[in-house]
Amino acid sequence: MKAIIAPCHAYGDDVDTDRIIAGKYTKTLNPADLAARVLEDLDPDFRRRMQAGDILVGGENFGCGSSREQAPLALQAAGVSAVVAASFARIFYRNAINTGLPVFAVGPHRIRNGSRLHICPERGEVRIPEGGITLSCRPLPPVMAAILTAGGLVPYMKQHGRYPAGENPQ
Amino acid sequence: MKSTLVEKILSDRCGRNVRAGDLVVAPVDGVMASDTTAPGCIRAFRAMGGSRPFDPERVVLVIDHAAPAPTAAIADLHGMMRRFAEETGVILYEGGEGICHHLMMDRGHVRPGSLMVGADSHSCTWGALSAFACGMGSTDVAAIMLTGQTWLEAPRSIPVRITGCLQPGVTAKDIALEITGRLGMAGATYRALEFFGPGVEALGIAGRIPLANMSIECGAKAGLFWGDDENLQGDAAADWLPGIDVDLARLAPKVAFPGRPDDVRDLDEAGHRPVQVAFIGSCTNTREEDLRLAAQVLGNGRVAPGVRLLVTPASRRVFETLLEDGTISRLSRAGATILPPGCGACVGTHMGVPGAGETVISAANRNFRGRMGHPEAGVFLASPATVAASALTGRITAAAEVLS
Repeated sequence: MKAIIAPCHAYGDDVDTDRIIAGKYTKTLNPADLAARVLEDLDPDFRRRMQAGDILVGGENFGCGSSREQAPLALQAAGVSAVVAASFARIFYRNAINTGLPVFAVGPHRIRNGSRLHICPERGEVRIPEGGITLSCRPLPPVMAAILTAGGLVPYMKQHGRYPAGENPQ
Repeated sequence: MKSTLVEKILSDRCGRNVRAGDLVVAPVDGVMASDTTAPGCIRAFRAMGGSRPFDPERVVLVIDHAAPAPTAAIADLHGMMRRFAEETGVILYEGGEGICHHLMMDRGHVRPGSLMVGADSHSCTWGALSAFACGMGSTDVAAIMLTGQTWLEAPRSIPVRITGCLQPGVTAKDIALEITGRLGMAGATYRALEFFGPGVEALGIAGRIPLANMSIECGAKAGLFWGDDENLQGDAAADWLPGIDVDLARLAPKVAFPGRPDDVRDLDEAGHRPVQVAFIGSCTNTREEDLRLAAQVLGNGRVAPGVRLLVTPASRRVFETLLEDGTISRLSRAGATILPPGCGACVGTHMGVPGAGETVISAANRNFRGRMGHPEAGVFLASPATVAASALTGRITAAAEVLS
């Protein structure tokens, strides 16, 4: 995976999936419908400031609540290239990897809104050049890393047709 | 070797000794998707090259999140689900049959000791029947439909020991709120909750549901009750995380303040705040017992002027039972609007969106900003008894105040 270098939009702890995309907007298969309403209740200005490729930053427990996969899909459709957070709620974390949205759990951090981030997925690092800080990411379990490398769970299954067998599958 | 119930179930399903922390690829006993998640699931399943699901009798689709369809676009998504069910033979429950989690438990799709996955975060509700049931997203469920398997890391368990008996006017929902408040919204992330103890038996299934249901409000991967069989109980000497004890005799009615399901306080702290909407619905507590209790609290009274009381029974069967025993008439005479079984109001899609500046007292499980469809409405979470009492007085009120 290539390095991701972009400015970020930073929010606080417990950004729930209702605020990423409200339930009333989830009944669609059209990514543009989702993108049009992304983060509407959290930051009505987000869509205007957002440039394709920007990074979203959260605090603890990013993506808590509903299992709606529309949450990572909405972020991707709006052009978000990656999400960096102190920690993630587990369903969102799976959904993001499954839909090919790179997510990086870095532990408690002080990333400021607007900072430019350098993410090196191979090394599992997020650098903040302006502060001279490097954060290391929680590594993905092997099966998740394989899914993300494939580009998501759909391409993974197209390629493999099944999950690997055996204990501690790779 | 001493095991938690989660380790016992996963070991049994995987056919080998599974310990917390192990990454496993496990056979799944059944999957479910709703009209919020099934369309994405069907699309992903097709894109993976799927034609026939691994076992159509173990795949359940439920139209409940926006039913009957409020828009043409949603009607088309429902049509997509119906066509898929016709083509593949998977089980489909039409709009109006019930809320997915209740249908899964009441129509025999969930067995004790099974490993279940649902494309809805509240699939953990099925832990009320001692299943390891986990919420996932559409694509994960599509992969299960394709392979009959999923991967997961076996979670460690937080033991939740329940003792004592509830006081009048205090319900299982208050226990669920108490636990959510104590653990916090990320207090059980990547963990399972296991419920047991002498206080459990009197709860019945209706009383177990809110606790299992709201496990996800603490971030849990699953929340399950021990069963009667020893194989469905954890061992005392297993490797447990630090636990919590709840003494029901000392529990008072609770409310969660707007914005966070874990901002839980004693009901008194809500200070008789005026409410405009009172909602008894969602997958948390809409069984016969819950609505009978609400009717009892309402008694011969009538909803206060300026309050809309909305009631959503769990399923058509619950509705019919309550129609026959007179509960529905009592609720209606008290001024309640009875809605078809479904999720619409809880998830802010239709059937009861509050207005700006309004306060909702809700028996559901989530009160995130905008959850019920309006970002400027405040949602308090409470028990059906508290919601009924508040509907009567027009202010947040404990049931005991009305009953005495």
